[in-house]
Amino acid sequence: MAEFVMPQLGADMTAGKLLRWRKNIGDRVQRGDIIADVETDKADIEVEIFASGVLDKFLVQPGEKVPVGTPLALLREEGVAILSAGTVSPLARAATAMAPLPAAVPTPVIVLPPPVVFPSPGRLHISPAARKLAEEQDIDPASLTGTGPAGRITLEDVQRAVQARTAAQEPPDRQTRMRQAIAAAMARSKREIPHYYLSTTVDMSRCVQWLAQENARRSIADRLLYGVLLLKAVALALRQVPELNSIWKEGKAVPSADVHVGVAVSLRGGGLVAPALHHTDQQSVGGLMKQFLDLVQRARAGSLRSSELSDPTITVTSLGEQGVETVFGIIYPPQVALVGFGKIAERPCCVDGQIVARPLITATLSADHRVSDGHRGGLFLAALDRLLQEPEKL
Amino acid sequence: MNREEIRAVVLRVLSRIAPEADLSQLQPAARLRDQLDIDSMDLLNFVIGLHKELQVEIPEADYPKLATLEGCVSYLGSLQKSG
Repeated sequence: MAEFVMPQLGADMTAGKLLRWRKNIGDRVQRGDIIADVETDKADIEVEIFASGVLDKFLVQPGEKVPVGTPLALLREEGVAILSAGTVSPLARAATAMAPLPAAVPTPVIVLPPPVVFPSPGRLHISPAARKLAEEQDIDPASLTGTGPAGRITLEDVQRAVQARTAAQEPPDRQTRMRQAIAAAMARSKREIPHYYLSTTVDMSRCVQWLAQENARRSIADRLLYGVLLLKAVALALRQVPELNSIWKEGKAVPSADVHVGVAVSLRGGGLVAPALHHTDQQSVGGLMKQFLDLVQRARAGSLRSSELSDPTITVTSLGEQGVETVFGIIYPPQVALVGFGKIAERPCCVDGQIVARPLITATLSADHRVSDGHRGGLFLAALDRLLQEPEKL
Repeated sequence: MNREEIRAVVLRVLSRIAPEADLSQLQPAARLRDQLDIDSMDLLNFVIGLHKELQVEIPEADYPKLATLEGCVSYLGSLQKSG
């Protein structure tokens, strides 16, 4: 019997709320099947399973919020354990290991509030109606300050206390929770990761020209955005400086065998997510563009899959469209690097001793100094520049 | 298709790209990018949507003509006439 647990979908996730099961007890599931929907602070996620088997038992019911790592269901299969080595991708294991797992109990521990102990009647100066409401609402009258004659606790005093408690207990909305989640991840990053920053200016002339020619011959639905050239170039440059494509785990960097570039996507209404474009280095720019379009659309519609949030090995963020010239990004743990791009702008550029106008972009690298040094980071940016001079080979 | 019908199509496609926006407040001569916070991917989806709805070919070089609501209606109207 194997356990399917609440996955950790990014460093900023500590718990998730099960929204619904997509499968039933007794259903056979395949690795990669979406079997549940989970609500996180950032989005509703379609959660995939990382092993095959038969669903034997649900341990958590829709509506329950449980910590990352809590077993959600049991899976029955010919000796295959979901969380045993080899059945879960190393990245998924790394992501799960980022936060301490809760105690291995089959169901979440429900912490009940301590019972309210009321003082014996007669000790408080309180109206009968106020006392009745306080009892109904589990409010200790002794904690209230009476505003009636001679400090008598009135019905209004208790009503105010009920309202205050309700306001305090009301869960923050999705936008607030997303902000809190981003704040926690970014604060952790700045606290734990010794960042260093490098930048370089890249001549985008060849990319711009190639893209114009390429898009002229492509159908509307198959057209490319320059952003996809940047993503592919980052992925290929990582092959030359692979330590930047690592995950920080248990005090050391673990190189990732695959390149899954996370793309920072701003959400309409605020906040952002950075889901993965899987195997970014192995796809054609056309294939990558289709996946990119689909990913952004689903990110904004709130229908991302769990692997897209747990798998990124590096993040790319581009703020050029907002007019930004240079991005100094904060690394998203447990990743060890982030690449930023500013806007493409025509600027004076010295070519063969002549000053000419060229479309230039500033590329920046934020990297973890525990894992790489400026020399290697510089080699990465140089490789990125070289790759962008030959867009037809991307 | 007259200008009003084209305008309705444009607004319908825009509503899929910026579902949270109140399109009745759009200024016809102001840039859509600024009013709706749309990026290049939104623009590409907008062009794909117009292509599907109106069966028109929009070259990339003509994207600047789609900068405003008024521009969209005029440009798409001219495409329909020439088509």
